[in-house]
Amino acid sequence: MAELEAVIGLEVHAQLLTRSKMFCGCRAEYLGLPPNSNTCPTCLGLPGALPVINRRAVEMTIRTALALGCRIPEFSKFDRKNYFYPDLPKGYQISQYDLPLSLGGHLEFEVGGERRSCGVTRVHLEEDAGTLHHAGEIHTAKFSLVDLNRAGVPLMEIVGEPDLRSPREAPHYLRALRQLLLHLGVNDGNMEQGSLRCDANISLRPRGQREFGVKVEVKNMNSFRSLQAALEFEFRRQTAVIESGDRVHQETRGWSEAEQGTFSQRSKEEAQDYRYFPEPDLPPLRVSRELVEELRAGLPEPPLRLKDRLRDQHGLSEEQAALLTERLQDAEYFQAMVASGAPPRAAANWQIGPLQALCKESALAIEHSPVPAAELAALVRMVEAGEVSGTSGREVLAEAFALGRSPVELIRERGLIQVSDAEQMEAWVELAIQQLPKAASDFQSGNDRALGPLVGAVRKASGGVANPDLASRLLRERLGRGGE
Amino acid sequence: MSLLNLSVSELGRGLRAREFSSVELAEEALERVDSLDGKLGAFLRTTPELALEQARAADRRLAAEADPPALCGIPIGHKDVLCTKGVETTSGSRILEGFRPPYDATVVARLAQDGAVVVGKMNCDEFAMGSSNENSAFQPTVNPWDAERVPGGSSGGSAAAVAARLAVATLGTDTGGSVRLPASFCGVVGVKPSYGRVSRYGVIAFASSLDQVGPLAKTVEDAQLVLSSIAGPDRRDSTTSAAPVGDLARALQEGVRGLRLGIPREYLAAGLEDGVRGVFESACRWLEAEGAELVEVSLPSTQYALAAYYVIAPAEVSSNLARMDGIRFGPGEPQAPSLLEAYELARNRGFGPEVRRRVALGTFVLSSGYYDAYYLRAQKVRTLVAQDFSRVFEKVDALISPTAPTPAFRLGERTQDPLAMYATDALTLPANLAGISGLSVPAGFTSGLPVGVQVLGPYLGEAMCLRVGAAVERAADVWRQVPAGFDG
Amino acid sequence: MVGVDREDGAGGLDLALVAHLSRLARLGLTDAEMAAILPQLRAILAAVGRLQEADVSGVDATAQVGGLYDVMRDDQVEPGLSAGEALANAPSHEAGLLRVPAIQ
Ligand SMILES: [Zn+2]
Repeated sequence: MAELEAVIGLEVHAQLLTRSKMFCGCRAEYLGLPPNSNTCPTCLGLPGALPVINRRAVEMTIRTALALGCRIPEFSKFDRKNYFYPDLPKGYQISQYDLPLSLGGHLEFEVGGERRSCGVTRVHLEEDAGTLHHAGEIHTAKFSLVDLNRAGVPLMEIVGEPDLRSPREAPHYLRALRQLLLHLGVNDGNMEQGSLRCDANISLRPRGQREFGVKVEVKNMNSFRSLQAALEFEFRRQTAVIESGDRVHQETRGWSEAEQGTFSQRSKEEAQDYRYFPEPDLPPLRVSRELVEELRAGLPEPPLRLKDRLRDQHGLSEEQAALLTERLQDAEYFQAMVASGAPPRAAANWQIGPLQALCKESALAIEHSPVPAAELAALVRMVEAGEVSGTSGREVLAEAFALGRSPVELIRERGLIQVSDAEQMEAWVELAIQQLPKAASDFQSGNDRALGPLVGAVRKASGGVANPDLASRLLRERLGRGGE
Repeated sequence: MSLLNLSVSELGRGLRAREFSSVELAEEALERVDSLDGKLGAFLRTTPELALEQARAADRRLAAEADPPALCGIPIGHKDVLCTKGVETTSGSRILEGFRPPYDATVVARLAQDGAVVVGKMNCDEFAMGSSNENSAFQPTVNPWDAERVPGGSSGGSAAAVAARLAVATLGTDTGGSVRLPASFCGVVGVKPSYGRVSRYGVIAFASSLDQVGPLAKTVEDAQLVLSSIAGPDRRDSTTSAAPVGDLARALQEGVRGLRLGIPREYLAAGLEDGVRGVFESACRWLEAEGAELVEVSLPSTQYALAAYYVIAPAEVSSNLARMDGIRFGPGEPQAPSLLEAYELARNRGFGPEVRRRVALGTFVLSSGYYDAYYLRAQKVRTLVAQDFSRVFEKVDALISPTAPTPAFRLGERTQDPLAMYATDALTLPANLAGISGLSVPAGFTSGLPVGVQVLGPYLGEAMCLRVGAAVERAADVWRQVPAGFDG
Repeated sequence: MVGVDREDGAGGLDLALVAHLSRLARLGLTDAEMAAILPQLRAILAAVGRLQEADVSGVDATAQVGGLYDVMRDDQVEPGLSAGEALANAPSHEAGLLRVPAIQ
């Protein structure tokens, strides 16, 4: 039998970062609120209540679609998707069926440095459901508890084409999509808390065959790792089914993190009949070309292009450029440092290294760093010019970060500007040689490792302000190894 | 003679002249309900505390304001599909028993703002589905002119209460004729505004693309005053028209001289009872005498309208009633052994036979494989029906016809035959499909039963409907007639 | 596509389909109720079958009247209901959450 190939497509749901819900004035931010305290007649599905479309949610969806190269049809509408579930208060979800806000785009992403492209069927807008709680597993619990704080939060669905060919590709596609959403500022990218969710369709076929095999939908993956693990599991499972001569059943399966396996949830025979029809409570949308062009003009540079540009323009490594473009705000901070005169590679190192570490420690996004880009740039410039040592620089940055002070001011106050004055330095060098005569003679006789303590002694004699590079040069000269 | 025999403007004069207070008026209405509604069944519940509180406030306003709203201090009733904050609202269904909405419908709030005094919630067919009021889960309402006959539906309680002088005016809803039909059967005025003229926010939905709230009142002027209070854009209902309502009062005085009025040939086809035809023909003669030109017109797609309606309305119903799941409101079945059984028990016990029929029908026409043949096709026929009206309104100012082919029929006469019941709305429901304006105005009697004339106007043509309706009303001169037993 | 069966006039509606509709719409109809509703629905569908006679070629579907487009609101938070108000009508709740029987 020919080798089997996977055909994979992802459906991604992203909650939009609006202030209010999709069709009512309740808050879109629902985490941490007491249960059922963020509802109104509309999102509670009370009799008589009506929806009203949130303009910003529509605009965010169109922006995302444009960033994915989608077409924005002039006419779009909402439809009702009818099914009963306790987290769906109205007994239908307002979604989009045959006339979504956008159609036909693609997403570029990288797998191990190699660039790929995956088609995007459509990006449409709908509303999120509430949340269910139960003791233990949903199907064995005696009862369930419903919280409707999340019901009605704007949810954008990005339907990918079945263009992925291996489980390994899937997380890369999802990472690139997440990055795009972060750059657009439309989603917070939090998979663990479910503001970004991913379902996958996977079928197998003999390599070289054009027709698709029988498709299985896999749900419940809440990390990049579990997405790949679930698809790898399905690949193995379906391979075994096919190799044993059986046929794969069309069904929906759920990924269990605990069991590291997928389990059948619903077969095609019991598939829902959602009875979509146009939402009579909402007039259709006519998306003006002016609005489309206005939104297009406001799009940020695509993340991959931004990465390439930072790498090439500033001589960064691929890895540095990737790290600096994870979020748009990271790239903006970096570019602001460069604009303030920091040498780009040093700026990248300082941002990715000490600054990121400090931000992470205090759980701050870089754009909220107490040390703004211009001030860090000033510090980097001083270090690069040898006016401050790298070590003191890092210490000062930490202090400035903690106190919300300017690092350069701290350096001035503490007299940490490195001394490079020759006469002064020579005096400290003499002192160091007197203090460590053994090290001096060892170094003279070729033991390189003896230089370190000597430089340390110079620094100590200077109270930390001696320029270490200059100190070691002067020590070499003074001990007769200046030519090396 | 009861104060409730007076029109809104007559009551307004009395209230302003301190001949009686709003509290006295409310008390009289409540007393009449207590003593007379036992034989009528128009009220599902009265709201005496709310009424007296609102009446006291109205009296303060009448004393303090130079020009209080026309409805200030006037006792009204709300069809029970309208959400009233803190007051049980059932839509005539067991599935909503005990439901106290935490909010007011926009129309309820607007009338409250204008000082109207709510005396109670009016009986109706369950979720407004019916033409006789016999589908109420709680009680039938009978026709005040003949207790063995139906008041019409679905706003039967609203129409009967006005006819019996238990409220000065009421609100109903009209999805296929549910205001106009009971208005005709009970001998009162009922207005079906154009779709989008009045907010549906807080109106428990029957068929969202067809529903409109409209007033029932003794006179065209009273109906106009209520309509003027409730009409206009509402940011909570995206389907309300942004067009200004304008001065509807002026229309009442304008007369019909010079108007071209169309009589749709299809509306006078077989099935029209002779007595109804007689009253309608007199009305035509009066209008001609007043200077209107009458022309016969054709609305050829009328023959398909009923079929389209009975696909579109059930389709929307099946979805609109999905929220009646017994989880957030209603009695529910929380002790059921499984969620599926909880849903099924709650809905099986909660829904009456007509609602079940329509939900099943609507589920069918939307389900995969049938959508195109039924739902989509019905939507296209809906376009044809609307085009018929647009075409004739290029030639005529308004259309006139009987409101219903018959006067009020006997209780139980059509309950076993859904199709016969549905046919009751044949002359009213095309206007809902097209979204145009309409009203029914009493024009006379046949064998002691009231007969209404329907006036249909173009989209947002409420003023035209009121103008023609007022002319019929002046000529008919029947509005002061009170059904026997309610004239005390 | 399953069309309207011309012979039948009622879209081939039978007891099995009624049972399916009852399940889809959570109507919980008993066998007796299904037997009673079937002829009623068939009669209605036969009457509704009239639609098939209308010439709708080239006619657009009307989902809504009024001709409105683009009715939207600004993205602003407005006060809603308290948890107490949200739960006040619920037949069963626990610790601020709505309680429903086992999902299975
Ligand atoms: Zn809400």
